[in-house]
Order: sequence, then structure tokens, then C-alpha cells
Amino acid sequence: MESVSIGKSVSEQHELLVHKDVSSTELTKAYIARIHSVDPDLQAYLTVLEDKALAQAAEIDRKIAHNEVLGALEGIPMALKDNMCTEGIRTSCASKMLESFIPPYNATVTDRLQAAGTILLGKVNMDEFAMGSSTENSYFAKTRNPWDLERVPGGSSGGAAVAVAADEASFSLGSDTGGSIRQPASFCGVVGMKPTYGAVSRLGLIAFASSLDQIGPFTKTVRDNALVLNAIAGYDPLDSTSVAYEKPDYTKFLVNNVKGLRIGIPREYYGEGIDPEVAKGIQAGIQTLIDLGAEVSECSLPHTEYAIPAYYLIATAEASSNLARYDGVRYGYRAEAEDVLGMFKQTRAEGFGPEVKRRIMLGTYALSSGYYDAYYLKAQKVRTLIKRDFDQAFEKFDVLLSPTAPTTAFKFGEKSADPLTMYLSDITTVPINLAGIPAISIPAGFVKGMPIGMQLMGKAFDEGTLYRVAYTFEQNTNHHTLKPSLSGEVLASGSR
Amino acid sequence: MVVANQFEMVCGLEVHVELQTKTKIFCGCTTEFGGEQNTHVCPVCLGMPGALPVLNREVVNFAIKAGLALDCEIAEFSKFDRKNYFYPDLSKNYQTSQFDLPICGKGGLEIEIDGEKKWIGITRAHMEEDAGKLVHSGETISTSNESSVDYNRAGVPLLEIVSEPDMRSIPEVLAYLEKLVQILEYTEVSDCRLEQGSVRFDVNVSLRPFGTDTLGIRTETKNLNSFSSVRRCMEYEVARQARVLNAGENVVQETRTWDEGQGITLTLRSKEEAHDYRYFPEPDLPPLVIDKEWVERIRKTLPELPAARRARLQTLGLSAYDAAVITQAKAMADFFDEALTYYTDAKTLANWVMGDMTRLLNSNQCSVVDSPISAKQLAELLQLINKGTLSGKIAKSVLEEMYSTSKDASMIVKEKGLAQISDEGALLGIIDGVLAANPQSVEDYRAGKDKAIGFLVGQIMKATKGQANPGLVNQLLKEKLA
Amino acid sequence: MNMTISREDVEYVAALARLELTEPEIQEYTEQLNSILDYAAMLERLDTDDVVPTAHAVPIHNVLREDQVRPSINHAKALRNAPDGDEGFFRVPRISLT
Ligand SMILES: [Mg+2]
Ligand SMILES: [Zn+2]
Repeated sequence: MESVSIGKSVSEQHELLVHKDVSSTELTKAYIARIHSVDPDLQAYLTVLEDKALAQAAEIDRKIAHNEVLGALEGIPMALKDNMCTEGIRTSCASKMLESFIPPYNATVTDRLQAAGTILLGKVNMDEFAMGSSTENSYFAKTRNPWDLERVPGGSSGGAAVAVAADEASFSLGSDTGGSIRQPASFCGVVGMKPTYGAVSRLGLIAFASSLDQIGPFTKTVRDNALVLNAIAGYDPLDSTSVAYEKPDYTKFLVNNVKGLRIGIPREYYGEGIDPEVAKGIQAGIQTLIDLGAEVSECSLPHTEYAIPAYYLIATAEASSNLARYDGVRYGYRAEAEDVLGMFKQTRAEGFGPEVKRRIMLGTYALSSGYYDAYYLKAQKVRTLIKRDFDQAFEKFDVLLSPTAPTTAFKFGEKSADPLTMYLSDITTVPINLAGIPAISIPAGFVKGMPIGMQLMGKAFDEGTLYRVAYTFEQNTNHHTLKPSLSGEVLASGSR
Repeated sequence: MVVANQFEMVCGLEVHVELQTKTKIFCGCTTEFGGEQNTHVCPVCLGMPGALPVLNREVVNFAIKAGLALDCEIAEFSKFDRKNYFYPDLSKNYQTSQFDLPICGKGGLEIEIDGEKKWIGITRAHMEEDAGKLVHSGETISTSNESSVDYNRAGVPLLEIVSEPDMRSIPEVLAYLEKLVQILEYTEVSDCRLEQGSVRFDVNVSLRPFGTDTLGIRTETKNLNSFSSVRRCMEYEVARQARVLNAGENVVQETRTWDEGQGITLTLRSKEEAHDYRYFPEPDLPPLVIDKEWVERIRKTLPELPAARRARLQTLGLSAYDAAVITQAKAMADFFDEALTYYTDAKTLANWVMGDMTRLLNSNQCSVVDSPISAKQLAELLQLINKGTLSGKIAKSVLEEMYSTSKDASMIVKEKGLAQISDEGALLGIIDGVLAANPQSVEDYRAGKDKAIGFLVGQIMKATKGQANPGLVNQLLKEKLA
Repeated sequence: MNMTISREDVEYVAALARLELTEPEIQEYTEQLNSILDYAAMLERLDTDDVVPTAHAVPIHNVLREDQVRPSINHAKALRNAPDGDEGFFRVPRISLT
């Protein structure tokens, strides 16, 4: 029973709990057992909270015993990316800098999931300070892709994607600054949503690039995704960039029908660098939607190629400022030195990894005297053009569709040698963050045994339509039902 | 000043004023002064990972109010920016401030020196957060081998008011500062407690030969916290720069710090690395749009400002000097205006307020807000003089009694039987006695020596312990001696 | 490659960012920053003279809170993570003036 239940969706698990077929404690124990068995190989978790999780589960079981009405997420075990603050629980950002940082407060999403009665299993791995596309930049561990242990899970929310893909959590939260939810969702074959900027509070999310960061859910199914977004989205007066929009019940959009829906295919997202097999897979997905009655046609987002440099200038500039606070004074790592200047420099030299330092350098340069106009300001103007492209496209289309990533998951070390190559692979995801619009990645098939993801982009605050298309696609395909085989034998015989 | 003959001084000021809000600019921590170190802090003002700012509405209101009082344009659109630099008292290692689009644009105020009026321009005023406090283990920052940081002050709202380089002498600078602080106090945007550091001054000074238009190389001395430090620092800096220039060298453009103990300025950091602040728009704070309606709403809360108040008091018969003294501090001016609602002779009131009242307050080191004598009570005392119940002289002693007991004047008069003797019958009896006892004086008066009457009046007052109505005594005496 | 950034630039930026770099790092970052900025030079192709910059993805304004005191965090929580906290203070080594 237990081993079966962890493979089920959130909504199925909810039914099991309601009907007392399984208890939250049993479910939690099953996930903990699963973590013990597969995580030594996958390394998704940085912190596992066995005792706390079981105590939370016992609490929910008491409610169930009293036949209290159970919320959609109550008693469901989940994981948080380790850049979301959890009071009293280490939040490391996968950095040596915050190796022993214990936040004095909860992120708003942490509070909301706690209020929803979820069980926090632990904190999951990521690229250091969410800077990366492979989770290779973690100070602690390299998370492996459950579909092929030789390959990266994507990033920066690699741990969060793997936890769901490998049934180490029923769902998880990641953060997405330039694709960090969608790309690992695509690489690991799960559903990942980056909501509209301002839809989910960033309070307590350790900032990478404040004007781009957004939290969103990783789930096995589209319905689960809508359920989790229901719990975490909505106005937060403590985040000034949070938007007071009317939050719908996202599950209301889960209808198996795309008839008459206008779907645009931005041709710039199919340029060079796109693996032809991935393109073929997406093409098949498009055909499915056409067959289901969607009106599909090509369109153009002419400034797409400028998105990469604009994104990397804006994101690193903001990061260089956001990461200035790590100086060894109030929290985090400190290197000893004679004077304060030496302490600052040495602390930051030793506490940050190479990718973080590289981005701080780039961002500092982009803002420095004499270069601001040429780089940072220019990038912000280009951001306006990219936003305008989307506005114009959404006059004609309800949803835009593309591959989530140009390729399937690559091998460890394959791209880490040259940072620019790594940055260029973000072409299909970063424009969305610059524009602040929502986008979801859903499983769309396999290439050589590795999952590929289909990205659906929507108008600001129109997550509902994305869920409608995603749900319809999911109901008419079976990509999401396939699971990586992670039996003990497979792991043991894995060539490592 | 020695250099005055050779060089002209050019000075501009940046004044940081702590705004009098209950909470910090971006978090709900109290702004209360004092408090045990690091107890008025939270994730936001400690710059904890993941913390986010939310702007305090009252800070914007105060900034608009100060801006209006300083004749500034209020920007329809303004935004916050990050000023990036590392210092241990800055919890995020950037200061959230305003750069190219501050809330207050051009304005200014008028100063007066030796009867000559001069307009000092204000370039801008912007909102920003204060930093924490560093406590050094040694005597000074340079001899200390360890420092401690207290972030209680981090995030206290500041208004930074930047003047044009319009001042040409130290008296002008001091006049500007006094006027500025007076206006800020009047608008009640700040408590202006200089001794608690709630107003701090950065002084930009340069010298140039008289008759030239180009500006010399300037230095900026930061964080002075009293008018006397400003004066001493400028005297030092002007003399220092003059020495440098006279030696044929160039002044180094740099940020300096004032050493109060030694009375000298020292290099804090040089220009090159100091000013690459890498300003960029604060992504965590959406911009501010201030419409006319908002501005007008604040304008309605503006008090009568010192200049207008002085002018009004002058129309009531006060001299320019008296009006200036009364309006120097808002609390005094408010006291005066309140008394004026009960007692309409402004000139007499001013004399009492500036004279006996002020003397009593000063000798007891009491501020007018805490005065044991209310404005209404003072007015009653003066009314008793007008009615003839009290002589001016006795009124002075009654005022002292009022100060120590807080009792009404009429009560004291009653209890102590101090009422003036205005009863003709009673006075005539006393006058008869005095005349009988001083025949020589009567003789002298009748012989044309007018002065003799003074002596007789004095004797009568003495006999009545000063309580006789002097006017009546004079009148009755003259009738008797006619 | 068109070298936009010199070694001195890298050292200057590292000083601004308070990063102590090793010799190999200086060389590596000089190279990599050049290659990234060369790529970024493509932005120059776009005429953006009349384009308003976007600082915030969602155009909202006037987000304000009332001036009401909220409880601060307790002393222990404030200092819990301090690498060197003593008697309620955060301690730092000597601050040199220059
Ligand atoms: Mg300032
Ligand atoms: Zn605070």
C-alpha cells in the first residue's frame, strides 16, 4: 500500500486520506523510506526533517480520526527548494555562505503551505543562490537525473524536480528566475509552473534577481499543480511587488477542451540550437492539440535573441546587489581577517562558488560607473521591447507554445566548461521572466529515453488558460504516466 | 577670517533629518531612540536573506510636507534606487535611497544676515534609510581594533535635503541651517533633536580666488551633528584648503571626517573608489505616483510657517526683533498665539513672554512645552493688571508663585491678599497720615519742587506694601496738595 | 576577440564587489566576462532611443503600509546566526579608514 501510494498524485492521495485507506503518517513514512532508499544516489535532499514531518503527520491524522473536513493539501508530504526560508530550519541556498543559516522567520509560501496542512519532508538541492541550469553549482552535492544518473536534472531547482520525479515528495516548490522551474521540470518529466510575476509572494525567498524571481510548484499532474498554486498564490502585503489580483480557483480551469483556443507558435523558439528530435516531439504535441480542436498558427517574437544578453545583464546586476549582504557580519560564513575590508573580501571569496562570483562580477561591471547606460539601462530598454513582443502576440493568441528547453538533460560537465554556452541554452525560458508572464512546462514525450517538456506561455495572471491547455493535453496523452525505473538493482548496476 | 581676503568660500550642504514616524521606513520596527542594542530589529532592517521592504506611508507624507515648507516642487513620479557600498553598519550593503527621481525637486529658503536677505536654493530632497551605529572599542575609529554594530537605527527614515552651493560665508551657512531646522521643527516632520543625532550635516566646501566663476575642488566632510561642529569644521577646512592653495598645491577631492576632540578633519576615503555607488532602480519597491489631490491634502496640514508668522505678529504691533524672538521656536510661538486668544494686547504679552516668562523657564531649564504656567494662566494675570487688581510689580511676584505652584493668578491674589488698594476712602486715610508725617516734602512741593511728589508716593506705597493703585494715589495726592 | 574588459577592470570590479580573487580567477573572469560582453554587444544593434526602460515586470505603484509598530524579533533570534556576536552586538574587526 505505502509504496504504491507515494507514486500517486496529490488528489489521489487526498482521496486515500479522506477514506482512511492510508494515514498521513503512513504516507510520510513511505516517503521517508523512499528518500532513504533512492536519495543516496539522487542527492535531491539537503535536509530531511523526519521527526518534524512525522509530528506534523500525526497532527493531521488526529484530524482525520475526528472526521474533520480535510483540505486538498492536508497531510500531503512535500519539499521546498532550499532558498525558501523555514523558521528554525536551515536554509542554505546550497551555498557554503549559508551552510549553517537558520532563518528567524518563514517565507510566505512556507506559512501558506503550513496553514494548508502539508507535511514538510525537507529542503532540496539547487544551484548555489539559484544561479545555474544544472544544479552542478551546489556547494553540497550534485543531484542526479532519475531518468539517467549520468545526466543533470536541470536547474536551478534540480532537487525540487527530482524529488517529484522520483517520488521522494508528492509535490515541491521551486523558484524560477530564468527557467529554473520549467527547465528541470522538462528534464525530469514533471509539471512545473512559473506563475505571473507578483502572483506568489517572494517574501522569504532568498533573492537572486528580485525583478525576475518567482516561486512555483512542481507536481506530477496538472491538477496537482493547480491545487498547489491555489494554496500559495495571492496577495501578500509584506511583498511590495505582490499584486492584489483576484485569485481564481485554478482547478476550475481543468476542462478537457481546447476547441477554438488560439495557440501561437513563436518561430524564434525553434531556431538553431534546438535538438531536431526535441522539435519533432513538440511538433507531435502540437498536432495533438490541433486534433483536439485548437487553432494553431505560427507567430513571431522578433526580439527573442536579445533576451539572453538582456537577461544576463539585468539578473546579474540585481544579484550583485542582492548578494552584497553576505559579508560575514550578521549571519553566514565568515573568514577571519585583520580588518573589516579584508574580512569582507576573504569571506566572500571563500563563501561563494565560482558561478556566483562570476555573476557578481558581471553584474557589478554592468552597473559600474561609465557602463550603466551601455549595459544595464540598455538591457532594461530591451526588456521593454521583449514585453511588447508578447503583448502583441497575445492580441492574437490565447497561449504561445514552444519546447521548454532546446535539448533533453545533458551530461554532467558537458556545459559547465563554458558559461556562455550554458547561458545560451536558456533562450526558450528567459524571455518569459523578462516579460513577467506565466509559463508552464508539461511532459511531452521522450527522446532517447529522456523526457522532453512542452512550454505554454500565457498572458499575465492567466495561469487558468495555461492549466486548461495543459490539462487537455495531459488527458489525451500518457507521457506523464511513465516513471523512471529506480529499483535497487538498476541503481546498483548503474555505470558510475 | 584671514583667508577672506584671498579666497572666496563656496559651500553647499547635505542635511539628513530623521523623520518623526512611529516605525522605520521599510519595516514595522519602532524608531524610538535608545533601547538596548539590536532589540529594535527584524529580518528587514537586519538585511536577512529573503526579507523585503514595504514603504511607510507616513514617510511619504512627511517628505511631501517638508518639501512644501521648503518651497520644493513635489514630483508626480518618483522611485527608489539602491546605492551600493559596503560598510558594516549598512545591513544589506546597499542603502535604499532615491537617485534620479527624488520626491522633492527645486526649492529654497531665505536667510537674513545683518538685515540683508539672501535666497539659498535647495536642489532636491529625497527619502532614504538610516544606517546602524558602530561602537568602536578604542578611543577613535583609527585606534580601535574591534567595532560593534547596533542596527536599532538601521532603517529609520531620513529626508536628505541637498542645497545649492549658494553659501559664501560661515554665518550664511549657520543662518541657513538654523532656518532649515526651524522650518522642519515647525512642520513637525522631525523632532530635530540634534543631541540625539536626529539631524546631521555633510558640508561641501571649496575655495576660489575672488572674482572667478569656476568652482574650486571641494571636499565633503560627513556626519557633523551640531551647529558648533559645523562652524569649527568649516573654519578648519577653509584654513586648511587655503594653506594647500597658498602652497601652490591642489586640494584633493575627497570625503573627510570631523574629529571633534582634535578639532580637525581627516581623510575618510578618496574620490575614485568612494563614488561608484552603482545606483539602479530598487526592484523590490514599485514607484510612487503622487497626484495633486495628495499634495493638497498634505498642504492643508501645513502650519503657519515662521516667516508668515513673524509677519502676522508684526501687524499686531510687535517689532521685527520681538516677532523673530517669539517665532524662533514653534512651541514658544504656539504659546504666544494661545495666550493671545485670551489677552489681545500683543505688545504687552510679548514683553511678558520674552521677559519674565522666558527668564523663569530658562533659570529652571524648562522648555515652554513643559511650562507649569499655561498660556491661559499668563493671560489671566495680565488681565488682572489691566483691571487694576494687580500692579505690574506685584504681578511679577505672582508669576513666580504661579510658576512654582501652577495656581491661577486670581487664586494667589485671593489667598495672599495681594489685591491692589483702589478704595478712595482707605487711600485718603493713608495719604493724610503720610502728609502729616512729612510736612517738609509738602512744603517743597508747594514751593514748586515737583520731585517731592515722588517721595510722597513712595511713602504711600511703602505704607501699603506696594498694593496701592499707583495711578489713583497720584491723582488723590495731587487733589490734596492743590 | 575584442577585449572590452581589461585585467585592471576586473581588479577594479572585484574591489567594488569585495571579492578577493586569485590570479587564475582574475585571468578566468577576464576571459569569460569578455566573451559574455562580446555577445551582449548585439544589443547595440537595437535602436532604443525612444524606449522607456522596464524596471518592474508588473506596472503597479504606491504600495504603502500604515505607520504601525509591529513587534521586533527577540535578541536571541537577531543574533543567533552572528559569526561573532557578543553582549547583544555584532562584532567586526578593525575598520581601517583608507
Ligand atoms: Mg544620502
Ligand atoms: Zn525592522
